[in-house]
Amino acid sequence: MSAISRDEVANLARLARISISDAELDHLATEMDVILGAVARVQEVAGKDVPPTSHPLDVSNVARDDQVVPSLTPSEALSGAPASDEQRFKVPQILGEE
Amino acid sequence: MMIRESAASMAAALASKEISAVDLANQHYDQITAVDKDVHAFLYLDKEGALAHAAEVDKKRAAGEKLSPLAGVPLALKDVLTQKGIPTTCGSKILEGWRPPYDSTVVTKLKSAGIVILGKTNMDEFAMGSSTENSAFGPTKNPWDLTRIPGGSGGGSSASLAAYEAPLAIGTDTGGSIRQPAAVTGTVGVKPTYGGVSRYGLVAFSSSLDQAGPCARSVLDTALLHQVIAGFDPKDSTSINQNVPDVVAAAKKQDIKGMKIGVVKQLSGNGYQKGVENKFKESLDELVKLGAEIVEVSCPNFEYALAAYYLIAPSECSSNLARFDSIRFGLRVGDDGSKSAEEVMNLTRAAGFGREVKRRIILGTYALSSGYYDAYYGSAQKVRTLIKRDFESAFTKCDVLVSPTAPTTAFKIGEKTNDPLAMYLNDIATIPVNMAGIGGMSLPCGLAEEDNLPVGFQIMSPAMKDDRMYLVGGALEATLNNKWGKPILDFAPNLAASK
Repeated sequence: MSAISRDEVANLARLARISISDAELDHLATEMDVILGAVARVQEVAGKDVPPTSHPLDVSNVARDDQVVPSLTPSEALSGAPASDEQRFKVPQILGEE
Repeated sequence: MMIRESAASMAAALASKEISAVDLANQHYDQITAVDKDVHAFLYLDKEGALAHAAEVDKKRAAGEKLSPLAGVPLALKDVLTQKGIPTTCGSKILEGWRPPYDSTVVTKLKSAGIVILGKTNMDEFAMGSSTENSAFGPTKNPWDLTRIPGGSGGGSSASLAAYEAPLAIGTDTGGSIRQPAAVTGTVGVKPTYGGVSRYGLVAFSSSLDQAGPCARSVLDTALLHQVIAGFDPKDSTSINQNVPDVVAAAKKQDIKGMKIGVVKQLSGNGYQKGVENKFKESLDELVKLGAEIVEVSCPNFEYALAAYYLIAPSECSSNLARFDSIRFGLRVGDDGSKSAEEVMNLTRAAGFGREVKRRIILGTYALSSGYYDAYYGSAQKVRTLIKRDFESAFTKCDVLVSPTAPTTAFKIGEKTNDPLAMYLNDIATIPVNMAGIGGMSLPCGLAEEDNLPVGFQIMSPAMKDDRMYLVGGALEATLNNKWGKPILDFAPNLAASK
């Protein structure tokens, strides 16, 4: 039995905002199944008593001094934008027609 | 011609005014012109900017200003670090043409040390891969054999060193992307302790694993570059606020009498090429002759490192790469006025990302989704704890750990592109280091008898004890060069002369 179905992969692609063709989906669903089969072995070793490690360093909430330092100008910040207008990022419509 | 010299020799020649920084940069650009059409190490050359910077260094030197040790020495920069005004693509179509408005901290440090940045080097897209075949701009070739891969993801950096296009390079290492390319090209590469070199301006792949580091053709040159780029940076919240260990002194010391060197039992055997294992064992014999003691250590959970890595790295990448949304920078596809932001995003990411990147984003999205989180990402994080414990226990028995860097020598271009799992196996010996955030070095230890291709020797040190890798690496390199009668790259075919 496969670990992941074609429909599930299609849904993941939708969640990840990647449009995907049917041919790509066929290929990816097969590959994902093989990869998941291989990585699932992480479940074999780690018992309930083992704490998770999310990060190699024990640091949290590092903050810098609250000083004003030079930052990007609006034109620098917008320099890579695909479209901009009056010092703003210009985006495609975000609300429906209705 | 100075291009085959070490960075240290180039620095000395610059200091004594035997050569100018401008001439030295030009010699390297001549070499790039001669060989890079075959090697394809570079994605972008900033000749104008580099020569202007070199002229500035020459002017300062002529005026008698005190300069840093590597001032005027050229360098190749992996295209995953931002350099203000210079295209930064990460090997991806989605960032093609993007010119960052700021310098990464690594670049700021390089510039203030007077190091001349020649250009940006090729890489697997967003540093995901072990061969540079995942670059959207075509693969880099291994200077030892142009039909073979130069390693990855930092294959452009490693190939530029082996082809004498640059004496120094910067790489980044998330699961082996500095060390494995070094291994398969006969060069040296170091992944410093996590937090040892700032990640500010390093385009993120997997933030808890990514680390920039130095690459060169000798251990001393690598140490000299390490000294320049390492150190605390308030712009990186995971930067370690401690003094950088004196890696340059360690590289020069060449005395390892009484050191305990641990051989990791799990990083050998099945899957390792015979010639790789032989060169590794011969190097152990050399270390014994130098007065070190070899002990065998067991790290039983390393067996699960690869599986855990291929959950943690994709999970973090699925989140990090969400920023490529077609809104603030990079590619935008299909914005014809009729489509919504979400549709444009979907089309842009479909067109902008390559196969491997899509595969990992989708895998990571799955591993983090509710219902599967505990089984996949959660379990992988627990394995990470077990790997850290394995290292902690091993380092109570020895000063450094060693293994082959990669299980095989350079393979043929195209050989593994259709088998992701076979490709992932290249990183089996390098991944544990990233999981624990400790230091790792690869240096050449000979040519495998089957194919006459370079083999990498990996040295691993506890966190913030990076000097130990340089100590052992420097001693081993000296004794091997002595045995061979010349540096290993002198055995490689001369690309320029073969034309």
